[in-house]
Amino acid sequence: MTVSMSGAGATAIEIAAGVRSGERSAREVLEQHLAAIEEREAEIHAFNLVLADEARARADEVDAAVAAGDDPGPLAGVPVALKDNLCTRGIPTTCSSRILEGWQPPYDATVVSALADSGAVFVGKTNLDEFAMGSSTENSAFGPTRNPLDTDRVPGGSSGGSAAAVAAGFSALSIGSDTGGSIRQPAAYCGLVGVKPTYGLVSRYGLIAFGSSLDQIGPFAHTVADAALTLDVISGHDPRDSTSVPAAPASISEALGAGVDGMRVGIVTELMGDAMDANCLDAVRSAAQALEAAGATVGEASIPAALYGLGAYYLIAPAEASSNLARYDGVRYGMRVDAANTGDMNEATRTGGFGDEVKRRIMLGTYALSAGYYDAYYGSAQKVRTLLIREFDAAYADYDILLSPTTPTTAFKFGAKADPVSMYLCDLATIPTNLTGHAAMSVPFGADADNMPIGVQLLAPALGEVPMFQAAEALEAAALSAGGAA
Amino acid sequence: MTGVAQTENELDGWQIVIGLEVHVELATNTKLFCGCANKFGAEPNTNTCPTCLGLPGSLPVINGTAIDYAMKLGRALHCTVNPAVFARKNYFYPDMPKDFQTTQYDQPTNAAGYLDPPTGGRVTIERAHIEEDTGKSTHIGGGGRISDAQYTLIDYNRAGVPLVEIVTEPCMHDAEHAKAYVSELRDVLLTIGVSDAKMEEGSMRVDANVSIRPAGSDELRTRCEVKNINSVRSLGRAINYEARRHLNLYNADDAPFQETRHWDENAGRTLPGRAKEDADDYRYFPEPDLVPLVPTADDIAAIDAAMPALPSDRREALAAAAGTEPSAAALAVERGLDPLALGAIEAGAPADSVMKHVNNNLADGPGKLEAAAFAKLITMETGGDLTSNQVKDVLVELVDNGGDPADIAAAKGFEAVDTGELESMLGAIIAESPDEWARYLDGDKKVQGFFVGKIMKATQGQADGKVVNQLMASKAKG
Repeated sequence: MTVSMSGAGATAIEIAAGVRSGERSAREVLEQHLAAIEEREAEIHAFNLVLADEARARADEVDAAVAAGDDPGPLAGVPVALKDNLCTRGIPTTCSSRILEGWQPPYDATVVSALADSGAVFVGKTNLDEFAMGSSTENSAFGPTRNPLDTDRVPGGSSGGSAAAVAAGFSALSIGSDTGGSIRQPAAYCGLVGVKPTYGLVSRYGLIAFGSSLDQIGPFAHTVADAALTLDVISGHDPRDSTSVPAAPASISEALGAGVDGMRVGIVTELMGDAMDANCLDAVRSAAQALEAAGATVGEASIPAALYGLGAYYLIAPAEASSNLARYDGVRYGMRVDAANTGDMNEATRTGGFGDEVKRRIMLGTYALSAGYYDAYYGSAQKVRTLLIREFDAAYADYDILLSPTTPTTAFKFGAKADPVSMYLCDLATIPTNLTGHAAMSVPFGADADNMPIGVQLLAPALGEVPMFQAAEALEAAALSAGGAA
Repeated sequence: MTGVAQTENELDGWQIVIGLEVHVELATNTKLFCGCANKFGAEPNTNTCPTCLGLPGSLPVINGTAIDYAMKLGRALHCTVNPAVFARKNYFYPDMPKDFQTTQYDQPTNAAGYLDPPTGGRVTIERAHIEEDTGKSTHIGGGGRISDAQYTLIDYNRAGVPLVEIVTEPCMHDAEHAKAYVSELRDVLLTIGVSDAKMEEGSMRVDANVSIRPAGSDELRTRCEVKNINSVRSLGRAINYEARRHLNLYNADDAPFQETRHWDENAGRTLPGRAKEDADDYRYFPEPDLVPLVPTADDIAAIDAAMPALPSDRREALAAAAGTEPSAAALAVERGLDPLALGAIEAGAPADSVMKHVNNNLADGPGKLEAAAFAKLITMETGGDLTSNQVKDVLVELVDNGGDPADIAAAKGFEAVDTGELESMLGAIIAESPDEWARYLDGDKKVQGFFVGKIMKATQGQADGKVVNQLMASKAKG
């Protein structure tokens, strides 16, 4: 494991420091990343759209601001890739779906505005599983993304393009969304830090909804400190999102460096079972030892409902999706397949515009909400959700953070999980956090026999980002000193 | 039916059962979930934004004023105001941008209220919940129906306008009762100022659920929902038409089936709505993009404290002052004349005279007429200073321009004619017309008008007819 970097080679913090001080230009940084894109994008397919011209213009603006004595912000000149389900004003935003092909939002997502205001330079819109439904990016209507560490393997999903962009050095940072693990799982597969913040910490305004009560935006980065800085930039109250936190949270970046002395760390018993590969379990145990060595106390935490999370998730997320995706009806924007009357046009458009996995989930969700089935399906799933929250709250009375594998395996090969349920099981350990609304992140910790990275998941209570990042920083340091081998 | 005075409309041994669903647009400046203007009549699709167009990635944010208005309406309808959760009602329709409507389902803001129309018959209100309006479709060609239209124009200006839907129990049994309820509801809305309640502009929309049952039964038979009713008068016609249609079906050994029907005002009949292949399943679930509404006891107390006097309160107040039944005060309250009437009664004018003028001579409202002037005018009338015709003339002037009734009467030359002068005038006329006087003395009362007419002519109408009659009577007695 290394902290740096293929491609352009510096952390976001290093780039921003260099650009703000005038030591290096944003344009020069950008050209290095564009060169990496030029070299490998055809093979990787991280992007639905590369914004080379726009990025060059933006980088020049950043440089002009520095030259004029202005501070462009904490991400000055940092190349950032955006998942293509984040609305960008005047720039196509597709969710990797035919149904939105060609649509240009008339507004920017709040996250996009926040990054732009901090001096970031957007290099492109990244590929994803259609409408963020998937765990491999194989469900994109525009073809899969390849894992830059081994192009025979998937980068994970649904934010596979965002993970691949950072892993391949196409951008220093990227933004993804995580509804059931869609940031943490690809981060684990690509050897990156990936964060699913507390629900409400980052505004969802402008994030095209999949499962509204589960969706949360977060960063991919090479380092814990880069991820912390990015989260600091994009988090806080947004009057446009009723579910956003009421006040700006404390800076995570400023809390880094405090160590983990006295921190209480629990390993989630139910997520350490047979469903997980041995090397993933070993990585968690090694991570626990590393934290213990750094001064933390380690124990076991039991979350019996954790294993029911997957079932609850595959009722709640499709139910919300079936409603969220109803608007793609051919009437107002995106694709339209003409037919004799409105109803037939709706049907033809949706039949032609959505891929199989999206259709599967719309049908699942429609069924789960139907009269006569609501209580048995959606209602029961919400009870599991309540139970999970109670069990995690009880665990957090004893522990500051929890540990588990991020994924059951390392990155798998294309086509390996053709059966939808085997694909869904990739998210076994990540899903509970989306259901509870708590915080979680994946940090790289060791590698398997094929040298594919392993992710360890750190979990924290709502707004527990500070101790979570402090522990992540300790693991990062331990991984570095171990020379990348667990 | 909780104490409802039932004015049953017997249709050959059948009884109508009516429940109403009234949609009211709240008169907020902005829409329910975004900052777009809530305005009727703007250029199509000019009051829109990503949120009310349901664009991908947009999110709703609750308009606090709309919630305040809805709670105020709930309290005016004697509802409990409760913690509430928004829900999504899922169905496809082109003028609904998200293909779901954000509404309230099992946890509405207002529940369990009632309204007492002036003509009696308490109407029980099940709920009054908050929801967003849809856009407006105009179907071109094919008779204006979506199924046959050549194309459809959609205006999303109305999408997201805040509505309260007020749902009654099926507690009304005659069209007049339903009409009285709707009129009273409109008066309540105007009194508390939460809606302009214009049926013709669609800011108040009444749908009637109509069924019939054998008189004396308490069963609820298959109902039909009648939409597209654009006036209180049409409501009555539509209900009676629909009830008769059901009766005809039952009499033919047939039965109605549950459906939505449209009132055709010109044809005077209801017509089937769009044919539905499937039963509606709206797949309601809690709206994850909004947080629950949790009004506090203090919030509700503040609403109650700021509540203006409602029409029913005003009727009772005026009836108490005038010594009548509340129903006798209904017209005065409806016309906004109750403050004037109360003021005049308080200033000493006889209540029966006050109510007589309020009910008969002030149909266009009080205008510039003030209570003190009204009281003075009535006192002049009862004191015999002005005739009733003169009072009407002065009233018109007071409504138009205000002022002092004595000055106006003087300016019009309405000086009371001196009784002694009338007496000598009468003596002169009797001398000129001995035959007529003889007939009067013989008891021919028809000839009385001859003498009154002569005196009116001589005084240019300023004599008081009643006084002339009295003078003639006393002269006859000698």
